[in-house]
Amino acid sequence: MSDAPEWLKHAKKHMNLTPYLAGIGGEIVEVGTPAIARVPYSDKLVGDPQTGVVHGGVITGLLDHTSGLAVMVKLREPMPIATLDLRIDYMRPAKPHQDIFAECICVRVTHEVAFVRGTAHQGDANDPIALCTGAFMIIRGGVHGIPVTPA
Amino acid sequence: MSNYLTGDPATLLDAIPYCRHLGITAAVKDGSLLLTMPFVQHLIGNPVLPALHGGVIGSLLETAAIAQVIYETRPERLPKPVDITVDYLRSGRAVDSFARARIARQGKRVVNVHAEMWQEDESKPVAALRGHLLL
Repeated sequence: MSDAPEWLKHAKKHMNLTPYLAGIGGEIVEVGTPAIARVPYSDKLVGDPQTGVVHGGVITGLLDHTSGLAVMVKLREPMPIATLDLRIDYMRPAKPHQDIFAECICVRVTHEVAFVRGTAHQGDANDPIALCTGAFMIIRGGVHGIPVTPA
Repeated sequence: MSNYLTGDPATLLDAIPYCRHLGITAAVKDGSLLLTMPFVQHLIGNPVLPALHGGVIGSLLETAAIAQVIYETRPERLPKPVDITVDYLRSGRAVDSFARARIARQGKRVVNVHAEMWQEDESKPVAALRGHLLL
């Protein structure tokens, strides 16, 4: 992170301030390879009131967000990206009362499309709760809203 | 709490905290569930456009899939997602969203579900989901 370009440091702040991520109490942990984000367990994220297990949508949201960040890490300059598709394989239910982490790597960036692989886990990446595969459109020349100069 | 899966579909989602957080409600319309997610600020993923977060769109579609399966199969336990694929077709704008799902194939243990989300015009879907749920 220390040798990350200035705009990428802004991107971390920008991605942390995303209303959806803030609303679920999530935060960016690492802007690198992999990109890492975390969401602490909270009652409002529960999808199964009988077991206290977090809703799958929270995992989808965290993986989508972290995948986008992983694409940014691979770009040489800030530009807007849009999710084309995202596949999530749910390996096991998330254990209640434990943080959920998403770790994503952008495997390849072409002129227009970026390909991402990611894992959601609860502290041990070798024991995943979900895996994801995503494709993102890169909108070159689009308005991204990330400051490129020091704040 | 034990019978929230067999109760009124309209109150089903009220029992799920994350659905309350996103503001998703369900009503029976033409024999299937119509889900509504009114726009609120914390659904935003890109404040510049502004656009709904991809995770919010995925959450609405997954909820539509689960709710439709509950409505049709009346299971004892909440169906568990096995895998989902979401295709993002248009940017989700800062307006109210709707979703509907249909069971493509129901086996004894696994259900294949398709769901679509739209905003002003149902013929212009914002996103589509295909997935498998375990009963």
